[in-house]
Amino acid sequence: MTRTIHLNLDINGKGYDLDVEPRVTLLDALRDHLVLTGTKKGCDQGQCGACTCHVDGRRVLSCLTLAAQVEGRQVETIEGLSGADGTLHAVQAAFLEQDAFQCGYCTPGQIMSAVACIREGHAGSDAEIREYMSGNLCRCGAYNSIVAAVRQAAQAVVPATKEMADA
Amino acid sequence: MRDFSYLRASTLDEARQAVLQAGASILAGGTTLIDLAKCGVAEPETVVDISHLEGLSGIEVTPQSVTIGALSRMSDVADHSGIQAEMPAVSESLLLAASAQLRNMATIGGNVMQRTRCPYFRDPGTFPACNKRNPGSGCSALGGITRNHAVLGTSEHCLASNPGDLAVALVAFDAVVDLGSRRVPFDEFFLLPGDTPDRETVLQPGEMIIGLSIPKSAAAKNSTYLKVRDRQSYEFAAASAAVGLELEDDGRTVRDIRVGLGGVATKPWRARAVEQALIGKVLDDATIKAASLLAMEGAVAQSDNTYKIDLVPRVVARAIETVSTDKSGGLA
Ligand SMILES: Cc1cc2nc3c(=O)[nH]c(=O)nc-3n(C[C@H](O)[C@H](O)[C@H](O)COP(=O)(O)OP(=O)(O)OC[C@H]3O[C@@H](n4cnc5c(N)ncnc54)[C@H](O)[C@@H]3O)c2cc1C
Ligand code: SF4
Ligand code: FES
Ligand code: FES
Repeated sequence: MTRTIHLNLDINGKGYDLDVEPRVTLLDALRDHLVLTGTKKGCDQGQCGACTCHVDGRRVLSCLTLAAQVEGRQVETIEGLSGADGTLHAVQAAFLEQDAFQCGYCTPGQIMSAVACIREGHAGSDAEIREYMSGNLCRCGAYNSIVAAVRQAAQAVVPATKEMADA
Repeated sequence: MRDFSYLRASTLDEARQAVLQAGASILAGGTTLIDLAKCGVAEPETVVDISHLEGLSGIEVTPQSVTIGALSRMSDVADHSGIQAEMPAVSESLLLAASAQLRNMATIGGNVMQRTRCPYFRDPGTFPACNKRNPGSGCSALGGITRNHAVLGTSEHCLASNPGDLAVALVAFDAVVDLGSRRVPFDEFFLLPGDTPDRETVLQPGEMIIGLSIPKSAAAKNSTYLKVRDRQSYEFAAASAAVGLELEDDGRTVRDIRVGLGGVATKPWRARAVEQALIGKVLDDATIKAASLLAMEGAVAQSDNTYKIDLVPRVVARAIETVSTDKSGGLA
Protein backbone atom coordinates (compact mmCIF):
# COMPACT_ATOMS: atom_id res chain seq x y z
CA MET A 1 0.00 0.00 0.00
CA THR A 2 1.38 3.39 -0.89
CA ARG A 3 0.69 6.06 1.66
CA THR A 4 0.89 9.69 0.66
CA ILE A 5 0.78 12.75 2.80
CA HIS A 6 0.01 16.30 1.90
CA LEU A 7 2.70 18.85 2.67
CA ASN A 8 2.99 22.58 2.37
CA LEU A 9 6.63 23.58 2.23
CA ASP A 10 8.14 27.04 2.47
CA ILE A 11 10.99 27.15 -0.01
CA ASN A 12 12.85 30.35 -0.82
CA GLY A 13 9.95 32.31 0.68
CA LYS A 14 7.28 30.66 -1.51
CA GLY A 15 4.67 28.12 -0.43
CA TYR A 16 4.55 24.82 -2.33
CA ASP A 17 1.84 22.16 -2.02
CA LEU A 18 2.77 18.57 -2.71
CA ASP A 19 1.57 15.03 -2.10
CA VAL A 20 4.40 12.62 -1.40
CA GLU A 21 5.15 9.34 0.33
CA PRO A 22 6.37 9.98 3.88
CA ARG A 23 9.78 8.47 3.04
CA VAL A 24 10.52 11.14 0.40
CA THR A 25 13.55 13.19 1.37
CA LEU A 26 13.71 16.94 1.07
CA LEU A 27 16.29 16.41 -1.68
CA ASP A 28 13.94 14.23 -3.76
CA ALA A 29 11.01 16.54 -3.07
CA LEU A 30 13.02 19.48 -4.40
CA ARG A 31 14.41 17.72 -7.45
CA ASP A 32 11.69 15.29 -8.51
CA HIS A 33 8.49 16.91 -7.28
CA LEU A 34 9.19 20.65 -7.43
CA VAL A 35 11.78 20.62 -10.24
CA LEU A 36 14.16 22.71 -8.18
CA THR A 37 17.15 20.81 -9.55
CA GLY A 38 19.87 23.21 -8.44
CA THR A 39 20.35 21.10 -5.32
CA LYS A 40 22.45 18.09 -6.36
CA LYS A 41 22.42 14.44 -5.37
CA GLY A 42 25.92 13.05 -4.97
CA CYS A 43 26.02 10.16 -2.52
CA ASP A 44 22.44 10.30 -1.16
CA GLN A 45 23.96 9.11 2.16
CA GLY A 46 25.11 12.19 4.02
CA GLN A 47 28.73 11.87 2.96
CA CYS A 48 29.41 14.45 0.23
CA GLY A 49 27.52 17.69 0.93
CA ALA A 50 26.26 18.16 -2.66
CA CYS A 51 22.69 18.38 -1.35
CA THR A 52 23.37 21.15 1.21
CA CYS A 53 20.41 23.53 1.81
CA HIS A 54 19.47 25.84 4.63
CA VAL A 55 16.64 25.07 7.05
CA ASP A 56 15.73 27.97 9.33
CA GLY A 57 18.97 29.59 8.25
CA ARG A 58 21.25 26.67 9.13
CA ARG A 59 23.05 24.45 6.62
CA VAL A 60 21.83 20.85 6.58
CA LEU A 61 21.91 17.84 4.24
CA SER A 62 18.66 17.49 2.34
CA CYS A 63 19.36 13.83 1.48
CA LEU A 64 19.07 12.83 5.17
CA THR A 65 16.11 15.12 5.87
CA LEU A 66 12.54 13.97 5.25
CA ALA A 67 10.40 16.48 3.40
CA ALA A 68 7.78 15.94 6.11
CA GLN A 69 10.25 17.03 8.80
CA VAL A 70 10.61 20.54 7.40
CA GLU A 71 6.94 21.44 7.10
CA GLY A 72 6.63 24.63 9.12
CA ARG A 73 10.31 25.48 8.68
CA GLN A 74 11.94 27.83 6.18
CA VAL A 75 13.96 26.11 3.48
CA GLU A 76 16.45 27.96 1.32
CA THR A 77 18.06 26.42 -1.76
CA ILE A 78 20.63 27.63 -4.27
CA GLU A 79 17.75 28.96 -6.41
CA GLY A 80 16.88 31.43 -3.66
CA LEU A 81 20.33 32.90 -3.30
CA SER A 82 20.60 35.47 -6.08
CA GLY A 83 18.64 38.72 -6.04
CA ALA A 84 15.23 39.01 -7.73
CA ASP A 85 16.93 40.88 -10.59
CA GLY A 86 19.46 38.07 -11.01
CA THR A 87 22.30 39.78 -9.15
CA LEU A 88 24.58 37.07 -7.89
CA HIS A 89 25.16 36.58 -4.17
CA ALA A 90 28.69 37.57 -3.14
CA VAL A 91 29.61 33.91 -2.66
CA GLN A 92 28.36 33.00 -6.15
CA ALA A 93 30.32 35.89 -7.63
CA ALA A 94 33.45 34.84 -5.75
CA PHE A 95 33.18 31.26 -7.02
CA LEU A 96 33.01 32.57 -10.60
CA GLU A 97 35.88 34.96 -10.08
CA GLN A 98 38.14 32.38 -8.43
CA ASP A 99 37.17 29.65 -10.92
CA ALA A 100 36.27 27.51 -7.91
CA PHE A 101 34.95 24.49 -9.85
CA GLN A 102 35.62 22.21 -12.77
CA CYS A 103 32.56 20.07 -13.52
CA GLY A 104 30.41 22.19 -11.20
CA TYR A 105 28.44 19.31 -9.72
CA CYS A 106 29.46 19.97 -6.12
CA THR A 107 29.19 23.75 -6.56
CA PRO A 108 25.62 24.49 -5.39
CA GLY A 109 26.32 22.55 -2.20
CA GLN A 110 29.69 24.26 -1.78
CA ILE A 111 28.06 27.67 -2.19
CA MET A 112 25.19 26.99 0.23
CA SER A 113 27.71 25.64 2.73
CA ALA A 114 30.02 28.63 2.24
CA VAL A 115 27.20 31.16 2.76
CA ALA A 116 26.44 29.52 6.12
CA CYS A 117 30.12 29.08 6.99
CA ILE A 118 30.69 32.82 6.59
CA ARG A 119 27.50 33.70 8.47
CA GLU A 120 28.55 31.42 11.36
CA GLY A 121 31.84 33.30 11.58
CA HIS A 122 33.91 30.27 10.58
CA ALA A 123 35.78 31.78 7.64
CA GLY A 124 38.44 33.61 9.63
CA SER A 125 41.47 31.83 8.19
CA ASP A 126 42.24 29.31 5.44
CA ALA A 127 42.62 26.57 8.06
CA GLU A 128 39.24 27.41 9.58
CA ILE A 129 37.61 27.50 6.12
CA ARG A 130 39.08 24.07 5.30
CA GLU A 131 37.82 22.60 8.57
CA TYR A 132 34.32 24.10 8.38
CA MET A 133 33.94 23.29 4.66
CA SER A 134 35.12 19.69 5.10
CA GLY A 135 31.57 18.38 4.76
CA ASN A 136 31.60 19.33 1.06
CA LEU A 137 33.65 17.00 -1.09
CA CYS A 138 34.80 17.96 -4.58
CA ARG A 139 35.59 15.06 -6.87
CA CYS A 140 37.44 17.41 -9.24
CA GLY A 141 39.69 18.58 -6.42
CA ALA A 142 39.02 22.30 -6.83
CA TYR A 143 39.69 22.78 -3.13
CA ASN A 144 42.35 25.48 -3.37
CA SER A 145 40.14 27.74 -5.47
CA ILE A 146 37.15 26.98 -3.26
CA VAL A 147 39.09 28.16 -0.21
CA ALA A 148 40.15 31.28 -2.14
CA ALA A 149 36.52 31.98 -3.11
CA VAL A 150 35.25 31.57 0.44
CA ARG A 151 38.04 33.81 1.74
CA GLN A 152 37.20 36.48 -0.86
CA ALA A 153 33.46 36.26 -0.23
CA ALA A 154 33.94 36.40 3.54
CA GLN A 155 35.54 39.80 3.10
CA ALA A 156 32.77 40.98 0.76
CA VAL A 157 29.89 39.44 2.69
CA VAL A 158 30.56 40.71 6.20
CA PRO A 159 28.81 44.07 5.65
CA ALA A 160 25.92 42.37 3.80
CA THR A 161 25.46 39.88 6.66
CA LYS A 162 25.28 42.72 9.10
CA GLU A 163 22.55 44.31 6.98
CA MET A 164 20.64 41.01 7.10
CA ALA A 165 20.96 40.77 10.85
CA ASP A 166 19.73 44.36 11.18
CA ALA A 167 16.76 43.80 8.88
CA MET B 1 14.19 2.69 1.35
CA ARG B 2 11.06 0.85 2.43
CA ASP B 3 7.92 2.92 2.79
CA PHE B 4 6.80 3.98 6.27
CA SER B 5 4.25 6.25 7.84
CA TYR B 6 5.21 9.53 9.46
CA LEU B 7 3.96 10.76 12.79
CA ARG B 8 4.98 14.12 14.17
CA ALA B 9 4.76 13.89 17.96
CA SER B 10 3.46 17.00 19.67
CA THR B 11 3.97 15.85 23.28
CA LEU B 12 6.45 13.59 25.03
CA ASP B 13 3.64 11.26 26.11
CA GLU B 14 2.39 10.95 22.57
CA ALA B 15 5.92 10.10 21.45
CA ARG B 16 6.34 7.49 24.20
CA GLN B 17 3.00 5.86 23.32
CA ALA B 18 3.83 5.86 19.63
CA VAL B 19 7.23 4.21 20.01
CA LEU B 20 5.65 1.36 21.97
CA GLN B 21 3.95 0.23 18.76
CA ALA B 22 5.66 -2.57 16.86
CA GLY B 23 7.93 -1.28 14.11
CA ALA B 24 8.01 2.30 15.38
CA SER B 25 11.32 4.22 15.39
CA ILE B 26 12.16 7.57 16.88
CA LEU B 27 13.37 10.16 14.39
CA ALA B 28 15.36 13.06 15.83
CA GLY B 29 17.99 14.53 13.48
CA GLY B 30 17.62 11.54 11.18
CA THR B 31 21.31 11.36 10.26
CA THR B 32 21.59 7.77 11.49
CA LEU B 33 18.02 6.56 10.99
CA ILE B 34 17.43 7.81 7.44
CA ASP B 35 20.92 6.70 6.43
CA LEU B 36 20.30 3.18 7.78
CA ALA B 37 16.83 3.07 6.22
CA LYS B 38 18.49 3.77 2.86
CA CYS B 39 21.00 0.98 3.51
CA GLY B 40 18.13 -1.40 4.23
CA VAL B 41 19.30 -1.88 7.84
CA ALA B 42 16.48 0.06 9.49
CA GLU B 43 13.00 -0.87 8.25
CA PRO B 44 10.64 1.20 10.35
CA GLU B 45 6.91 0.78 9.91
CA THR B 46 6.31 4.18 11.52
CA VAL B 47 8.74 7.02 12.00
CA VAL B 48 7.95 9.09 15.09
CA ASP B 49 9.41 12.56 14.59
CA ILE B 50 10.33 14.03 17.98
CA SER B 51 12.36 16.91 16.58
CA HIS B 52 9.49 19.39 16.97
CA LEU B 53 8.92 18.68 20.69
CA GLU B 54 9.33 21.73 22.86
CA GLY B 55 11.45 21.96 25.98
CA LEU B 56 13.98 19.23 25.20
CA SER B 57 16.71 21.33 23.65
CA GLY B 58 17.92 23.37 26.60
CA ILE B 59 21.50 23.52 27.84
CA GLU B 60 21.91 24.50 31.48
CA VAL B 61 25.02 25.09 33.55
CA THR B 62 24.36 24.83 37.29
CA PRO B 63 26.93 24.99 40.13
CA GLN B 64 27.10 21.18 40.15
CA SER B 65 26.62 20.05 36.59
CA VAL B 66 25.86 20.69 32.96
CA THR B 67 22.54 19.36 31.69
CA ILE B 68 21.79 18.94 28.00
CA GLY B 69 18.34 18.24 26.55
CA ALA B 70 18.10 15.26 24.21
CA LEU B 71 17.08 17.45 21.27
CA SER B 72 19.98 19.89 21.57
CA ARG B 73 21.93 19.91 18.32
CA MET B 74 25.57 18.85 18.27
CA SER B 75 26.56 22.31 16.97
CA ASP B 76 24.73 24.16 19.77
CA VAL B 77 26.35 22.03 22.46
CA ALA B 78 29.80 22.38 20.86
CA ASP B 79 29.48 26.17 20.68
CA HIS B 80 28.05 26.67 24.19
CA SER B 81 30.40 28.93 26.13
CA GLY B 82 29.55 27.35 29.49
CA ILE B 83 30.40 23.90 28.20
CA GLN B 84 33.59 25.15 26.56
CA ALA B 85 34.64 26.65 29.90
CA GLU B 86 33.61 23.79 32.19
CA MET B 87 34.38 20.73 30.03
CA PRO B 88 36.37 21.55 26.90
CA ALA B 89 36.69 17.86 25.94
CA VAL B 90 32.90 17.70 25.47
CA SER B 91 32.91 20.64 23.07
CA GLU B 92 36.02 19.42 21.23
CA SER B 93 34.66 15.89 20.79
CA LEU B 94 31.64 17.36 19.01
CA LEU B 95 33.59 19.81 16.85
CA LEU B 96 35.83 16.99 15.65
CA ALA B 97 32.82 14.84 14.69
CA ALA B 98 31.03 14.61 11.34
CA SER B 99 30.61 17.89 9.38
CA ALA B 100 29.09 21.30 10.04
CA GLN B 101 25.90 20.26 8.22
CA LEU B 102 25.52 17.02 10.16
CA ARG B 103 26.22 18.77 13.46
CA ASN B 104 23.39 21.21 12.72
CA MET B 105 21.00 18.29 12.20
CA ALA B 106 22.07 15.68 14.72
CA THR B 107 20.72 15.71 18.25
CA ILE B 108 22.49 14.65 21.44
CA GLY B 109 20.03 11.82 22.11
CA GLY B 110 20.48 10.49 18.59
CA ASN B 111 24.23 10.94 18.85
CA VAL B 112 24.40 8.69 21.90
CA MET B 113 22.24 6.11 20.06
CA GLN B 114 24.16 6.17 16.76
CA ARG B 115 24.99 2.75 15.32
CA THR B 116 28.28 1.17 14.35
CA ARG B 117 29.90 1.93 11.00
CA CYS B 118 30.86 -1.75 10.52
CA PRO B 119 30.62 -2.03 6.70
CA TYR B 120 29.13 -5.52 6.93
CA PHE B 121 26.40 -4.30 9.28
CA ARG B 122 25.59 -1.51 6.82
CA ASP B 123 25.26 -3.78 3.76
CA PRO B 124 22.61 -6.45 4.34
CA GLY B 125 22.21 -7.14 0.61
CA THR B 126 25.80 -8.33 0.20
CA PHE B 127 26.42 -9.66 3.72
CA PRO B 128 23.40 -11.42 5.19
CA ALA B 129 25.47 -12.67 8.15
CA CYS B 130 25.56 -10.13 10.98
CA ASN B 131 24.67 -11.02 14.56
CA LYS B 132 23.90 -7.41 15.37
CA ARG B 133 21.29 -7.10 12.62
CA ASN B 134 20.11 -10.65 12.61
CA PRO B 135 20.90 -12.57 15.81
CA GLY B 136 22.43 -15.99 15.21
CA SER B 137 23.31 -15.33 11.55
CA GLY B 138 27.06 -15.11 12.16
CA CYS B 139 29.58 -12.30 11.78
CA SER B 140 30.84 -11.32 8.34
CA ALA B 141 33.66 -9.25 9.81
CA LEU B 142 35.44 -12.30 11.22
CA GLY B 143 38.06 -13.10 8.61
CA GLY B 144 37.02 -10.00 6.64
CA ILE B 145 38.40 -6.47 6.55
CA THR B 146 38.66 -5.28 10.14
CA ARG B 147 40.80 -2.16 10.01
CA ASN B 148 38.21 -0.12 11.92
CA HIS B 149 36.84 -2.81 14.17
CA ALA B 150 37.24 -2.87 17.92
CA VAL B 151 40.08 -4.42 19.90
CA LEU B 152 38.46 -3.93 23.32
CA GLY B 153 35.22 -5.47 24.56
CA THR B 154 34.80 -7.75 21.55
CA SER B 155 33.26 -11.21 21.57
CA GLU B 156 33.34 -14.07 19.07
CA HIS B 157 29.89 -12.85 17.98
CA CYS B 158 30.68 -9.20 17.17
CA LEU B 159 33.68 -6.86 16.97
CA ALA B 160 31.94 -3.71 15.81
CA SER B 161 33.30 -0.52 17.34
CA ASN B 162 31.14 2.21 18.80
CA PRO B 163 31.90 5.17 16.50
CA GLY B 164 30.78 8.09 18.67
CA ASP B 165 33.13 10.88 19.73
CA LEU B 166 30.97 12.67 22.31
CA ALA B 167 30.35 9.35 24.06
CA VAL B 168 34.07 9.10 24.84
CA ALA B 169 33.98 12.36 26.77
CA LEU B 170 30.69 11.38 28.43
CA VAL B 171 32.09 8.11 29.76
CA ALA B 172 35.25 9.83 30.99
CA PHE B 173 33.38 12.47 32.99
CA ASP B 174 30.69 10.24 34.52
CA ALA B 175 27.69 11.56 32.60
CA VAL B 176 24.24 10.31 33.57
CA VAL B 177 21.54 9.46 31.03
CA ASP B 178 18.12 10.81 31.96
CA LEU B 179 15.33 8.50 30.80
CA GLY B 180 12.58 10.39 32.60
CA SER B 181 11.53 7.60 34.94
CA ARG B 182 15.12 6.59 35.78
CA ARG B 183 18.67 7.81 35.48
CA VAL B 184 21.47 5.54 34.29
CA PRO B 185 25.23 6.16 34.65
CA PHE B 186 26.71 6.47 31.17
CA ASP B 187 29.14 3.59 31.71
CA GLU B 188 26.22 1.28 32.54
CA PHE B 189 24.00 2.52 29.70
CA PHE B 190 25.92 0.52 27.06
CA LEU B 191 26.15 -3.26 26.96
CA LEU B 192 29.06 -5.39 25.81
CA PRO B 193 28.19 -7.46 22.72
CA GLY B 194 28.70 -10.86 24.41
CA ASP B 195 26.35 -13.28 22.65
CA THR B 196 23.64 -10.62 22.14
CA PRO B 197 25.28 -7.88 20.03
CA ASP B 198 21.81 -6.84 18.85
CA ARG B 199 21.24 -5.38 22.33
CA GLU B 200 23.41 -2.28 22.62
CA THR B 201 21.95 -0.34 25.54
CA VAL B 202 19.76 -0.85 28.59
CA LEU B 203 16.96 1.18 26.96
CA GLN B 204 13.64 -0.67 27.32
CA PRO B 205 10.79 -0.52 24.78
CA GLY B 206 9.00 2.82 25.09
CA GLU B 207 11.92 4.48 26.89
CA MET B 208 13.51 7.60 25.47
CA ILE B 209 16.54 9.66 26.31
CA ILE B 210 15.28 12.94 27.77
CA GLY B 211 18.68 14.43 28.41
CA LEU B 212 22.16 14.05 29.83
CA SER B 213 23.76 15.46 32.88
CA ILE B 214 27.51 15.78 33.32
CA PRO B 215 28.86 16.57 36.79
CA LYS B 216 31.36 19.40 36.94
CA SER B 217 34.83 18.45 38.12
CA ALA B 218 38.32 19.90 38.13
CA ALA B 219 39.36 17.10 35.75
CA ALA B 220 36.58 17.98 33.29
CA LYS B 221 37.58 21.64 33.45
CA ASN B 222 41.15 20.76 32.49
CA SER B 223 40.38 18.32 29.69
CA THR B 224 41.02 17.64 26.03
CA TYR B 225 39.79 15.37 23.25
CA LEU B 226 42.38 13.96 20.87
CA LYS B 227 41.16 12.23 17.70
CA VAL B 228 43.48 10.47 15.26
CA ARG B 229 42.02 9.47 11.89
CA ASP B 230 42.76 8.59 8.27
CA ARG B 231 41.98 12.09 7.00
CA GLN B 232 42.24 15.38 8.78
CA SER B 233 38.54 16.16 9.02
CA TYR B 234 35.12 14.57 8.45
CA GLU B 235 36.22 11.06 9.41
CA PHE B 236 35.59 8.65 12.24
CA ALA B 237 38.35 7.99 14.78
CA ALA B 238 41.04 5.38 14.21
CA ALA B 239 41.67 6.01 17.89
CA SER B 240 40.66 8.82 20.23
CA ALA B 241 40.99 9.77 23.86
CA ALA B 242 39.15 12.13 26.20
CA VAL B 243 41.43 12.98 29.08
CA GLY B 244 40.91 15.22 32.11
CA LEU B 245 43.46 15.92 34.81
CA GLU B 246 43.44 17.43 38.28
CA LEU B 247 46.76 17.93 40.07
CA GLU B 248 47.45 18.25 43.79
CA ASP B 249 48.41 21.67 45.10
CA ASP B 250 52.08 20.86 44.46
CA GLY B 251 51.22 21.13 40.76
CA ARG B 252 52.89 17.78 39.90
CA THR B 253 51.07 14.96 41.64
CA VAL B 254 47.92 13.49 40.11
CA ARG B 255 44.82 13.90 42.28
CA ASP B 256 42.25 12.83 39.68
CA ILE B 257 42.58 11.68 36.09
CA ARG B 258 39.95 10.46 33.60
CA VAL B 259 40.66 8.54 30.42
CA GLY B 260 37.97 7.62 27.88
CA LEU B 261 38.79 5.78 24.64
CA GLY B 262 37.04 5.88 21.26
CA GLY B 263 37.32 4.14 17.89
CA VAL B 264 38.76 1.03 19.50
CA ALA B 265 36.06 -0.53 21.67
CA THR B 266 32.61 -2.04 21.28
CA LYS B 267 31.21 0.57 23.66
CA PRO B 268 32.43 3.95 24.92
CA TRP B 269 35.43 2.81 26.97
CA ARG B 270 36.79 3.98 30.30
CA ALA B 271 40.49 3.12 30.72
CA ARG B 272 40.41 2.75 34.50
CA ALA B 273 43.71 0.87 34.64
CA VAL B 274 45.50 3.91 33.22
CA GLU B 275 43.77 6.17 35.75
CA GLN B 276 44.63 3.91 38.71
CA ALA B 277 48.26 3.72 37.65
CA LEU B 278 48.59 7.51 37.68
CA ILE B 279 46.64 8.65 40.72
CA GLY B 280 49.09 9.77 43.42
CA LYS B 281 52.02 9.71 40.97
CA VAL B 282 54.22 12.58 39.89
CA LEU B 283 53.82 13.02 36.13
CA ASP B 284 56.89 12.57 33.98
CA ASP B 285 57.39 11.15 30.49
CA ALA B 286 58.27 7.65 31.65
CA THR B 287 55.34 7.42 34.08
CA ILE B 288 52.89 8.63 31.44
CA LYS B 289 54.20 6.18 28.83
CA ALA B 290 54.13 3.20 31.17
CA ALA B 291 50.61 3.98 32.38
CA SER B 292 49.30 4.59 28.84
CA LEU B 293 50.30 1.06 27.81
CA LEU B 294 47.67 -0.20 30.26
CA ALA B 295 44.97 1.23 27.98
CA MET B 296 45.37 -1.89 25.85
CA GLU B 297 45.02 -4.36 28.71
CA GLY B 298 42.89 -7.25 27.47
CA ALA B 299 42.88 -6.04 23.86
CA VAL B 300 42.33 -8.63 21.12
CA ALA B 301 43.37 -7.58 17.62
CA GLN B 302 42.38 -9.00 14.25
CA SER B 303 44.83 -9.10 11.37
CA ASP B 304 43.93 -5.61 10.06
CA ASN B 305 43.64 -3.63 13.28
CA THR B 306 46.80 -4.58 15.21
CA TYR B 307 47.97 -1.01 14.51
CA LYS B 308 45.52 0.17 17.16
CA ILE B 309 47.46 -1.70 19.86
CA ASP B 310 50.44 0.59 19.17
CA LEU B 311 48.43 3.68 18.36
CA VAL B 312 46.14 3.89 21.40
CA PRO B 313 48.84 4.22 24.11
CA ARG B 314 50.47 7.00 22.06
CA VAL B 315 47.16 8.84 21.72
CA VAL B 316 46.54 8.50 25.46
CA ALA B 317 50.05 9.68 26.34
CA ARG B 318 49.80 12.68 24.02
CA ALA B 319 46.42 13.68 25.48
CA ILE B 320 47.79 13.40 29.03
CA GLU B 321 50.77 15.53 28.07
CA THR B 322 48.44 18.14 26.57
CA VAL B 323 46.42 18.56 29.77
CA SER B 324 49.49 18.46 32.00
CA THR B 325 51.44 21.10 30.09
CA ASP B 326 48.64 23.56 29.39
CA LYS B 327 48.59 25.04 32.88
CA SER B 328 52.15 24.85 34.14
CA GLY B 329 53.91 25.36 30.81
CA GLY B 330 55.88 22.13 31.01
CA LEU B 331 55.95 18.67 32.46
CA ALA B 332 56.83 18.49 36.15
C1 LIG C 1 28.76 11.02 6.91
C2 LIG C 1 28.66 10.93 8.41
C3 LIG C 1 29.78 11.17 9.19
C4 LIG C 1 29.70 11.10 10.58
N1 LIG C 1 30.82 11.31 11.33
C5 LIG C 1 30.75 11.21 12.69
C6 LIG C 1 31.89 11.40 13.50
O1 LIG C 1 32.99 11.68 13.01
N2 LIG C 1 31.76 11.27 14.85
C7 LIG C 1 30.56 10.98 15.43
O2 LIG C 1 30.49 10.90 16.66
N3 LIG C 1 29.46 10.79 14.68
C8 LIG C 1 29.53 10.90 13.34
N4 LIG C 1 28.41 10.68 12.58
C9 LIG C 1 27.19 10.18 13.25
C10 LIG C 1 26.30 11.29 13.72
O3 LIG C 1 26.92 11.97 14.79
C11 LIG C 1 24.99 10.64 14.16
O4 LIG C 1 24.35 10.17 13.00
C12 LIG C 1 24.07 11.61 14.86
O5 LIG C 1 24.66 12.12 16.03
C13 LIG C 1 22.75 10.96 15.20
O6 LIG C 1 21.87 11.91 15.75
P1 LIG C 1 20.43 12.17 15.07
O7 LIG C 1 19.69 13.11 15.92
O8 LIG C 1 20.58 12.54 13.65
O9 LIG C 1 19.84 10.70 15.23
P2 LIG C 1 18.64 9.94 14.50
O10 LIG C 1 19.09 9.40 13.22
O11 LIG C 1 17.40 10.76 14.51
O12 LIG C 1 18.47 8.76 15.56
C14 LIG C 1 19.50 7.80 15.75
C15 LIG C 1 18.95 6.61 16.54
O13 LIG C 1 18.65 6.98 17.86
C16 LIG C 1 17.27 6.84 18.15
N5 LIG C 1 16.94 8.03 18.94
C17 LIG C 1 17.02 9.34 18.55
N6 LIG C 1 16.72 10.16 19.57
C18 LIG C 1 16.46 9.37 20.63
C19 LIG C 1 16.09 9.64 21.99
N7 LIG C 1 15.93 10.88 22.45
N8 LIG C 1 15.90 8.57 22.82
C20 LIG C 1 16.06 7.31 22.38
N9 LIG C 1 16.40 7.00 21.11
C21 LIG C 1 16.60 8.02 20.24
C22 LIG C 1 16.59 6.73 16.81
O14 LIG C 1 15.43 5.92 16.87
C23 LIG C 1 17.66 6.08 15.96
O15 LIG C 1 17.66 4.69 16.14
C24 LIG C 1 28.46 10.79 11.19
C25 LIG C 1 27.32 10.59 10.41
C26 LIG C 1 27.40 10.65 9.03
C27 LIG C 1 26.16 10.42 8.22
S1 SF4 D 1 31.25 -7.07 13.63
FE1 SF4 D 1 29.19 -7.04 14.55
S2 SF4 D 1 28.11 -5.53 13.29
FE2 SF4 D 1 29.92 -6.18 12.09
S3 SF4 D 1 29.24 -7.97 10.85
FE3 SF4 D 1 30.06 -8.79 12.77
S4 SF4 D 1 28.20 -8.99 14.03
FE4 SF4 D 1 27.67 -7.57 12.40
S1 FES E 1 23.82 13.83 -1.52
FE1 FES E 1 23.49 14.49 0.53
S2 FES E 1 25.47 14.39 1.37
FE2 FES E 1 25.80 13.48 -0.60
S1 FES F 1 33.78 20.83 -9.37
FE1 FES F 1 33.49 18.75 -9.97
S2 FES F 1 33.00 17.85 -8.06
FE2 FES F 1 33.60 19.80 -7.45
